[in-house]
Amino acid sequence: MIPQTFDYTAPSTLDQALGLIAQGAKPLAGGMSLIPMMKLRLASPEHLVDIGRLPELRYIRDDAGVLRLGAGCTHYEVETSPLLRGKCPLLSETAARIGDVQVRNMGTIGGSVAHADPAADYPAALLALEAQIVLRGAKSQRTVAASGFFLDTFATALEPGEIVSEIIVPVEDAGAGTSYQKMAQPASGFALVGVAARLRRSGGTIVLARLGVTGLAPHAYRAASAEKALEGTPGTAADIQMAASRIAEGVEANADLHASADYRRHLAAVSAARAITAALARTA
Amino acid sequence: MATTITKTKTLIGKAIRRREDPRLITGTATYVEDIKMPGMHYAVVVRSPHAAARIRSIDTSKAASRPGVVAVFTGRDVSNVGPVPCGASLPGLRVPHHTILATDRVYYAGHPVAVVVATDRYIAADAADDVEIDWEVLKAVADPVKALEPGAPAVHPEWPDNKAFDFHQEHGDVEKAFAEADVIVKQRILSQRLIPTPMETRGVVAEWRAADRALNLYSSTQIPHLLRSMVAQMLGLEENRLRVVAPEVGGGFGCKLNVYAEEALMGFVAMKINKPVKWIETRRENYLATIHGRGHVDDYELAATRDGIITGIKLRIIQDLGAYHQLLTPAIPTLSVLMMPGLYRTQNICADIVGVFTNCVPTDAYRGAGRPEATHGIERMVDILAAELKMDPAEIRLKNFVQPSEFPFPTATGLIYDSGDYAAPLRKALDIVDYQNLRREQAEARKQGRLMGIGMSTYGEICAFGPSPATPAGGWESATVKIEPSGKVTVLTGASPHGQGEETTFAQIAADELGVDIDDVLVVHGDTALVQYGIGTFGSRATAVGGTAVYFALQDLKAKIKKFGALLLNSDDVTLANGQCIDNKTGASKSVQEIAAASYRAMQLPPNTEPGMVSTHFWEPPNFTFPFGAHLVVTEIDRDTGAVKVLRYVAVDDCGNILNPLIVTGQVHGGVAQGIGQALYEQAVYDENGQLITGELMDYAVPKAHMMPWIESDHTVTPTPVNPLGVKGVGEAGTIGCSPAVVNSVVDALSPLGVRHIDMPMTPEKIWKLIRSAQ
Ligand SMILES: Cc1cc2nc3c(=O)[nH]c(=O)nc-3n(C[C@H](O)[C@H](O)[C@H](O)COP(=O)(O)OP(=O)(O)OC[C@H]3O[C@@H](n4cnc5c(N)ncnc54)[C@H](O)[C@@H]3O)c2cc1C
Repeated sequence: MIPQTFDYTAPSTLDQALGLIAQGAKPLAGGMSLIPMMKLRLASPEHLVDIGRLPELRYIRDDAGVLRLGAGCTHYEVETSPLLRGKCPLLSETAARIGDVQVRNMGTIGGSVAHADPAADYPAALLALEAQIVLRGAKSQRTVAASGFFLDTFATALEPGEIVSEIIVPVEDAGAGTSYQKMAQPASGFALVGVAARLRRSGGTIVLARLGVTGLAPHAYRAASAEKALEGTPGTAADIQMAASRIAEGVEANADLHASADYRRHLAAVSAARAITAALARTA
Repeated sequence: MATTITKTKTLIGKAIRRREDPRLITGTATYVEDIKMPGMHYAVVVRSPHAAARIRSIDTSKAASRPGVVAVFTGRDVSNVGPVPCGASLPGLRVPHHTILATDRVYYAGHPVAVVVATDRYIAADAADDVEIDWEVLKAVADPVKALEPGAPAVHPEWPDNKAFDFHQEHGDVEKAFAEADVIVKQRILSQRLIPTPMETRGVVAEWRAADRALNLYSSTQIPHLLRSMVAQMLGLEENRLRVVAPEVGGGFGCKLNVYAEEALMGFVAMKINKPVKWIETRRENYLATIHGRGHVDDYELAATRDGIITGIKLRIIQDLGAYHQLLTPAIPTLSVLMMPGLYRTQNICADIVGVFTNCVPTDAYRGAGRPEATHGIERMVDILAAELKMDPAEIRLKNFVQPSEFPFPTATGLIYDSGDYAAPLRKALDIVDYQNLRREQAEARKQGRLMGIGMSTYGEICAFGPSPATPAGGWESATVKIEPSGKVTVLTGASPHGQGEETTFAQIAADELGVDIDDVLVVHGDTALVQYGIGTFGSRATAVGGTAVYFALQDLKAKIKKFGALLLNSDDVTLANGQCIDNKTGASKSVQEIAAASYRAMQLPPNTEPGMVSTHFWEPPNFTFPFGAHLVVTEIDRDTGAVKVLRYVAVDDCGNILNPLIVTGQVHGGVAQGIGQALYEQAVYDENGQLITGELMDYAVPKAHMMPWIESDHTVTPTPVNPLGVKGVGEAGTIGCSPAVVNSVVDALSPLGVRHIDMPMTPEKIWKLIRSAQ
C-alpha cells in the first residue's frame, strides 16, 4: 500500500491553495478517499495541496436565513454542531451515519461532495435540502444547486482549477420534518442505499416533499415522482407506500458484490417509507 | 514447634489483568515493522495479476536500473532454495512442487514472481511496477465444485482431474444404519472461504551476519522453532546458524502457523545482498497471498430412529485446497472428519474427502481449523432432523449426548473423548434464557407476524494438539523455568503465545507453584536463541500442553529447592509452601530466594545435585483434550430488509479448569466475533477468472465493534484427566460454537415460511430473497 511519489504543499491561505490548484495541483482534504486510492495506485497525483487545514474553510454560520458551512468542516463537526442540530438536523443526522469515528474525524463535507462517490451519504441530504454548492477558482466563484452538481459516478460540475468552498443549506422552519435512513454496506460502511426525506405539513396536508436518494444509481438524485405522489396527501400509510414505491422510478439501479439491483431497488423503497414516516412524525 | 502448612493457590483462577496489555494498548510493543537496523533495505514482492498464466518472459532491466534498486531476483535466481514445505501427509497425496518464486507458470492471483530490493520502500514499490512480464493468460478455475467437472481447466496440467487426494474413513455398519433408519435427512452445507485478517499483516526482517555465518530472521509467526527448522532446510543453512525471532505478533488465527515463501525469500535476499532487508505485507497482499480458511462443500446424511436417536452419519467433503499445499492444507479437512460425530453417541459413520486444487491462494488452518466446519455440519443436521421429527432441538440433543458415565468415550472416528457432562452447559444456557418462557415469547411474536428465532449449538472440539503420533512435527511442548541468583523467576516457553495471554497465565502457574510474587516472574517466548526448541501456539494447545510443561518443570525445580533447602536447614523433613522451605520439626525456614542464591554460590551441594536452579521439561500429552459447550442465540429478522439482529448471545463453555476467567472470557469474545463474522458477514469471493473480488477491507466484511451483540459468557467446569492442570483449551471454542447457533437461530426464525437451511454468510439480501420467495 505504497503510493507513487508526489509533492505536498500545505499553504496557509485559500488564495495560495487556489493558485496551486489552478496550476494543476490536486486538493487534499481529509484524505479519507484520496489517500486509499493513492495507496492502491488508482490515483497518482503529482502534487497535493492540503486544504484540510485551512481555517478559511472551516466554519458553520447562520447567515440571514441560510446556514453556510466551509468545505473543510469534518463529518464530526457537522454531526455535533449545535447550530446544525438545531436548524438543519438532517445534515447532522446524515453526518453521524458516515463510516466510523476515525473517518468522521478526518473526512470533510467538501471532500465528500467533490469526490461524488455514488454511495456517499451527504449527497442524498444535500439534494433533499436543495442545498447550494459554492465553487471557487483562483479567479472565479459560482454557486450551483445540488441538483445540478452530481452528474455521474465520481463526476461533478467542478471545472479544473475549482474547489468546493462552501455548502449552503436552508434553516428549517418549525413545520419541517426530516430523516435520513440508510442500509450500510457491512465492510465499508457506505450506503447500499440511503434516502433523505424532508417534508413540510400544513393543515394536515403534506405541502412539500423532497427526497434525495444515494447508493441506488450512478449518482445521487431527487426522486421527483415519489415527491409528487406525496405532496398534497395527508401522508397516510397508503400514501407513504405509494410514494415509496416510486422512489426508484426511471433509475438504472447499481449492482455489485454487496447488493443486486433488485435488492437495492427494494431497499430504496423500504428506506424511503421509513424516512418519510420518521420525517412526518417530526413535522410540527 | 508444630506448623501446619496448607498449600495456597492465590493466583490460579483469578481474573488477573493481562500483563502483556500495557505495551499493546499504548502502542509501544515491537512488531516486525518496528525493527530498524543500520543499512536496512526494503523488499517488494512482484505478484501475478492473473490466476493462471504462463510466463513467457520477465524483463527486470528497467526495475534494476532505477536509482536505489540494489537487486531484482526472479524464479531462476532462487532455484537452489528448497520448496515451500507441506507438513501433512495422506495416502496418495499429490504435492505440487512449490517454489518460492514462480518460474514458468503462475497458479493464483497474488503468486510471487519476483522480488525487488531497494534502499527505500518507496523506491522498491515503484520499481516493482517496472518489472515487465510477458504473460500468456490461461483459463482458471476458482470454484472447487466446477474444478471437479470434466473439462474444467487443469490447475496443475499434470493432474487434469484437479484432485489432490481422496480420503475415506468409516466405522460401524453405516449401510445397515441407513437401511434400517426410520428417517433420513440430507443437506448440502457450505462453510465458505474466509480470510483470517489479523490486524498485523505478515512481515519479515532478515539480517545476514556474514562474519558469523549467522542469519537472524524476524517474522510474524506462530511457530518460530518449526519455522527455523524448515527455513534452514530451504536455504541449505545449518539449523543452529539460523535464529528466528517472533517479536510481537499482531494476531495469527492460524494464518501464521505456516512457512511462507517470503520467509525463505528474505533470508535468501539478505544473504545475497549482505544487508538487512525488510518486507512488510500490504493488506492487499495479505488477502491475496496469505492462506485463507474453510472452503468446504459438505454433503451430509443423517439416519435416525423415529424418536430422534441418531444411528448413522454420512459425509462427503469437497475441500477447496487452492493451488498449493501450504504447511497443513490437506490435513485440515481430516480434522473435520475426526469431529464429525460431535457430542453424539453414534458409532456408524462414513466420510469421504476429495481435496480439490483451484486457482486460488491455498486454504489452511484458520481459528478452529476443520472443527468449525464439522460442528457447523452436525449441529445444522441435528436441527434439520429435529425439524423433520417435530422435536425440540434441545431435547433431541439431550437424547443423543455421550453420557457422563461413558468417559473415556471411544468415538466412531477413533478418538477417545476425555471427560464431559455434555448436558450441563446446554441446561445452563437454557436456564439463563428461561427457555420455556422464551419459546412462549416466540409463539407470541409469531402471532404478531414477527420473525424471531431461537437457535443453539452444542459443540465439542478437539484441542491441545496433541499427542506426537497424531501431529506432523511433534505434539509436545517445552518449558524451562529458572530461578536467577537474585530470586527472580524466568519461564521460557516453547509455545509462542501471540496475544492469547500466556505471559500472564504461565506467570500465575509459576508464582503459585513457587510461592513467589507474580511480578517476580517473567515469561519469555518467541526467540529460538533464547528458548529451547518448542512447537508453538495453535490448536488451543498453549496452556493445556505448554502450561503443563511449565507445571512439570516447576515440579522438578521444587524438588531441587527442597533438596537445597533441606541442606541449608540441616533437616531431612522439609515442606515447600508460600515461597518458604520449612523444617517440619523446628519450623525454621529459608525463602526460595535464599535457596536459589545458595544454589548458585554452591558452597555446598546436596548429594547428586547440580548447582544452579534451572529445570527444563518437554511434556508429551497422552491424549487430546475435548472441550465442549452450548451456545444459544436469539435473533429477530427485519422482514422488510432481511437484516438479522442478534437479540441475545449466550455462550456456556466448558474448557476444563479456568486459570484466568478474564482471559477465558476474552478468548470466547474474540472467537464469537469471528464466528459471527462467518455466520453473517464474511466471504472470500473469487470471480470465474480467479480474481479475488473481496481483496480489501472495503469489500471483505470483518465485523466491527458496533456489529457485535452483547455476549453473555458463562461456564461449566469439567477438568480433563489428560493433564494435571485439568485445563482443556478455549482459544477456538467461541468460533466453533458460534456459527451453527446463529444459523440455527435464523433458520428457526424463518421456519414458519418453510425455510430449512441457509448457507453462510446470511446476508440481508439472501434472507430477503427467502422471505420473498415464501410469499
Ligand atoms: C473506512 C471508510 C469508510 C467510509 N464510509 C463512508 C460512508 O459510510 N459514507 C460516506 O459518505 N463516506 C464514507 N467514506 C468516505 C469519507 O466520507 C471521505 O471522507 C469522503 O468521501 C472524502 O472526504 P475527504 O475530506 O476525506 O476528501 P479527500 O479524500 O481528501 O479527497 C477526496 C477527493 O475530493 C477532492 N477534494 C477534496 N476536497 C475538495 C474540495 N473542497 N473541493 C474540490 N475537491 C476536493 C480531492 O482532490 C479528492 O479527489 C468512508 C471512507 C473510509 C476510509
